[in-house]
Amino acid sequence: MGTTFGLGELGFLIQGLKWTVLLAAIAFVGGGIGGLGVALARVSTSKCLRRITGGYIALFQGTPLLMQLFVIYYGLGLLGLMLPAWVAVAIAFTLHASAFLGEIWRGAIEALPKGQFEAARALGLHYLPRMRDVILPQALRIALPATIGFLVQLIKGTSLAAIVGFIELARAGQIVSNQTYAPLLVFTVVGALYFALCWPLSLYGSRIEGRIARATAR
Amino acid sequence: MPSTATHTVDASDTADAPLIVMENVNKWYGAYHALRDVNLSVRRGEKIVLCGPSGSGKSTLIRCINHLETIKSGRITVDGVRLDESSRSVDAVRSEVGMVFQNFNLFPHMTVLQNCTLAPMRVRGVTAAAAEATAKRFLERVRIAEHAHKYPAQLSGGQQQRVAIARALCMEPKVMLFDEPTSALDPEMVKEVLDTMVSLARDGMTMVCVTHEMGFARQVADRVIFMADGQILEQADPESFFRHPTHPRARSFLGEILAHH
Repeated sequence: MGTTFGLGELGFLIQGLKWTVLLAAIAFVGGGIGGLGVALARVSTSKCLRRITGGYIALFQGTPLLMQLFVIYYGLGLLGLMLPAWVAVAIAFTLHASAFLGEIWRGAIEALPKGQFEAARALGLHYLPRMRDVILPQALRIALPATIGFLVQLIKGTSLAAIVGFIELARAGQIVSNQTYAPLLVFTVVGALYFALCWPLSLYGSRIEGRIARATAR
Repeated sequence: MPSTATHTVDASDTADAPLIVMENVNKWYGAYHALRDVNLSVRRGEKIVLCGPSGSGKSTLIRCINHLETIKSGRITVDGVRLDESSRSVDAVRSEVGMVFQNFNLFPHMTVLQNCTLAPMRVRGVTAAAAEATAKRFLERVRIAEHAHKYPAQLSGGQQQRVAIARALCMEPKVMLFDEPTSALDPEMVKEVLDTMVSLARDGMTMVCVTHEMGFARQVADRVIFMADGQILEQADPESFFRHPTHPRARSFLGEILAHH
């Protein structure tokens, strides 16, 4: 028997939205930490570190996110690691985000004028304060619009987690749609929820981009 | 090559030992021989002006002194510390050597004051209050204290370069290296930077300056060194150098440079 789309169904979608937000947040925080490590490894003087992280980035940028989710979810299972779906999905998204954020931030670090590195070196600043106080604050500012752009992609990308049985917003929409036989209405609501989440971020990103452009034009 | 630990040369403890010694230094960029058997010794308190046509290796030479460039062979000793590949020797040398760049290279996301306090706090470990007091003293000295809370982008080129000088001085270095400090400046700002450098020289700072400002060389240099093709071709006190350059390359270089001044 079909039901009509009411408050209960909307509540179910909101539950899905919560998981979407949580998953994106975990992926972004995990990916932020991992990405920082990847970016620093990519610009390090160690050829070995650069090669390894280069291969890692190539792998995760060169395969669909869907495949990555599959391989990690079922792959970890085959290795005897029976993790709850959400943990496996969080690991997959973290690895995915680390690769992309690492590459975005590597580009930003390398975009800084050589003189910034030289001035920091000439002052005797060691690696840690050189990166933490001089290089990264500037690089992350340059990279902010691209970082926000990636976050928006990441939020939408969480819909793929449905493939391993994770009930986030898109999957919740599918379930409600099957119950109510009103796919157009349900998915319009689902789309609106995604839009409400992503659009302010995009807007914020382009505002920052404008501000940086004005600052560098001066 | 066996790595030798940073060691102190006994002679450097005496005040008249040279502060910087470069012996048979060679540097290559791929197939290009950038420095050829360079020998140079800088006394404490000495002011040296390095000049020569572009690509002659003068910037490369001073960048070797604080290990911004690595050398292929030869040895460099700064205040008794032999520069090798060890980070300990590099750190030891860099904390005693101040450098001023052509493009200022101030940190744009920090205020003038923060630019000046960062290295003393992070490298010397002094407290924020002590670092600020030192910074204010040197900012006063380069006559820019009133802009301490501005960001570099809010200052003119000449002001930024004076901040860069103050920033280097805040580490209380034993020698200051200047890499074409006025080349990126608008003409009307050259003087304020040169005046600052002259006053620094008067106070007895050891200075090695790559510059084409021959007036400055005449005024403060103890020695003018002329380089071409990665070699030191001539060195003399400014009077003799400007009056009777002996090397033909130095003569033609001076002819070209002075024709425009």
